[in-house]
Amino acid sequence: MIDVILARLRQGHRTIRYPGEAPTLPDRYRGRPALDPTKCPSGCEACLAKCPTDAITYTDGRLRLDLGRCLFCGECERACPEGAVGFTGDYRMAARTKAGLVVTGEEMRRVAALDERSRRLFGRSLRLRQVSAGGCNACEADTNVLGTVVFDLGRFGVQFVASPRHADGLLITGTVPRNMELALRKTYEAVPTPKIVIAVGACAITGGPYAGHAEVLNGADALVPVDVYVPGCPPHPMTILDGILGALGRI
Amino acid sequence: MTSEVLHNGYGAPLRRVTSLAPEAFRRAVIERTRAGERLVALFGRPLAQAGVRLLAVLGHDHGGTLAALATEVSEAYPALTPECPEAHWFEREIAEQWAVRPDGHPWLKPIRFHPPYRSGGAPPLGAAPAIGVTDFFRMAGEEVHEVAVGPVHAGIIEPGHFRFQCHGESVHHLEISLGYQHRGAERAFVAGPEKRAIHYAETLAGDTTIAHASAYCQALEALSHCRVPARAVALRGIALELERLANHTGDLGALANDVGFLPTASFCGRIRGDFLNMTALLCGNRFGRGLVRPGGVTCDLEPQRAEELGRRLERARRDVTGAVELLFETPSVMARFEETGRLTATQCIELGIVGPPARAAGLERDVRHDYPSGIFRFAHIPVSTADTGDVFARAFVRWLEIRRSLAFIGEQLRTLPEGPLRAALPPLVPEWLTVSLIEGWRGEVCHVAESDGEGRLATYKVVDASFHNWFGLAMALREQAISDFPLCNKSFNLSYCGHDL
Repeated sequence: MIDVILARLRQGHRTIRYPGEAPTLPDRYRGRPALDPTKCPSGCEACLAKCPTDAITYTDGRLRLDLGRCLFCGECERACPEGAVGFTGDYRMAARTKAGLVVTGEEMRRVAALDERSRRLFGRSLRLRQVSAGGCNACEADTNVLGTVVFDLGRFGVQFVASPRHADGLLITGTVPRNMELALRKTYEAVPTPKIVIAVGACAITGGPYAGHAEVLNGADALVPVDVYVPGCPPHPMTILDGILGALGRI
Repeated sequence: MTSEVLHNGYGAPLRRVTSLAPEAFRRAVIERTRAGERLVALFGRPLAQAGVRLLAVLGHDHGGTLAALATEVSEAYPALTPECPEAHWFEREIAEQWAVRPDGHPWLKPIRFHPPYRSGGAPPLGAAPAIGVTDFFRMAGEEVHEVAVGPVHAGIIEPGHFRFQCHGESVHHLEISLGYQHRGAERAFVAGPEKRAIHYAETLAGDTTIAHASAYCQALEALSHCRVPARAVALRGIALELERLANHTGDLGALANDVGFLPTASFCGRIRGDFLNMTALLCGNRFGRGLVRPGGVTCDLEPQRAEELGRRLERARRDVTGAVELLFETPSVMARFEETGRLTATQCIELGIVGPPARAAGLERDVRHDYPSGIFRFAHIPVSTADTGDVFARAFVRWLEIRRSLAFIGEQLRTLPEGPLRAALPPLVPEWLTVSLIEGWRGEVCHVAESDGEGRLATYKVVDASFHNWFGLAMALREQAISDFPLCNKSFNLSYCGHDL
């Protein structure tokens, strides 16, 4: 027993001070992209050719980057000769609609909170059932990590539960393969109404790298209505946490 | 000459792979596996005319060489499995993908539940199989009962279906039925390389991003005779070992959690994140996304960054040592780990088990040692083994490997070669074959690639360690208490999407 206590003392207190203090992220972290239209007068489209998921488009003389498709690989930034495309260190990227995921400049929009009734119901206590449907285990791992002492999800009143019948909503990761269609539908139906759905990662929003494959349904909203989209490949745990808490109107 | 000798990470002209008659092919594979070689891959490729060409890749672990054998079949061929059990999953895959029937296969069922890739004929597993609908093994008897779990599980994990045939608490057989994660990843590589392919590689099994991305890049580099700069080779090695450290540490924490020993569960859950953050220090992403690219790597480890990595490693080494020693010094934990979920060396050889579960049974199987490529040609990591083949041994091998990986990265940081990070990838040489092996944290990651006459990928085969090892988990569960399933499962910690592709 004494060994356990000594080990506990040596390991120390490791919970981050978020939301009181901003989290520290690695200097090379690729967060919310920023586009500078003034630096893209010619529309050379070098970035378009490099983007693996056609997340970046150039129409009517305007660059647009769809975070729902973006894999945050940084190929566009490396391809741009003018420095018009870049990635900031901002981890806050969730949105309530797919249209809200489209970046055209450097503006920063916070995820809108759910309606008042949902906030009243779930704002202080939210139980989620996680469903991985064609996720590669990266989104899953960085969702799971929210339960560690570092993030300590429980202190926000949010918890992952084992049964959909005990849940207030689903957190879905993955492309949603056809082979998961029935299981995801049944799990959604088993959650009591009212319920919310959070789609985490490029796969769950648009199919990610697998968009257009015959084997997948290109994301969660092919089957169920989605209330919150959290982009990334995978999103940083802070992006997921910000998406959940932002939707609950907690930050 | 009946087989072409290959080396990991090098290519050979396709014309040198001789095609044998089906019976001669079958005999050759059976004899060679009996003589100690291992079936690394066995897969089909549709022929321009009717029929399918089968290619077997055999590994001579002690000699460090690989061999390729080929044959051509049409609707059916005599199955290898009755005499070469390690072929059983491969032959089910061939039947499913190419609508070819391995006659005499003892349990021919789908493994991923998708329509065949080849039209015509009479697909042995149906033209449109419904997921999870198959003939499960059944036991009969008055007090026999069946427990079905999944595809959606209780925790934050990927989907799969498990059927336990139980007598009281005791599991007589566990059948694992997968395919829920099938995204069409493997066949999407064909006709490439194109710009999405590296992202398929990075997400084949997302927790194995570096190993699969390295295997893919190594395959392209072999097919194009690309020389990867020394500095990039070392950085790939560092990233691979960071991936192993994160996952092994996470697994030890999860094993502690499954026996209710919360201190180590809590500590290791956090320390795993520290290792992921070290990968992010190198490339900005916790899983190493965007780091490994054909021809080299995209990010450098400048002296200041290397120093910071060294400092963090030292801190993590202290933390993980304290957390894991506590685990192994706790008698109530050892009582649960020891003699649980045993897989013997003989079973591992028969089933072609790889990675920590094979090493835990005493087999010296490690790509870094047996088929060294990249940095492992110059810096050797001793193979870590145990001999009891139980949950304890699988946990202990992970702990040994954590220490080896920490020492390896420390050494690499001191001797990082200078020079560029990336070379341009030349076009692929037409009609070449390569086998690319990387020791991922779960075990052997194998990519086999062939180029066509125009230098496009004609075949792309992915074999994650999980492909070999899922059946090992099923065998380890025999005669175990069903309540020990989570513990046994975690001691393998296999990939669903890496299997389902």
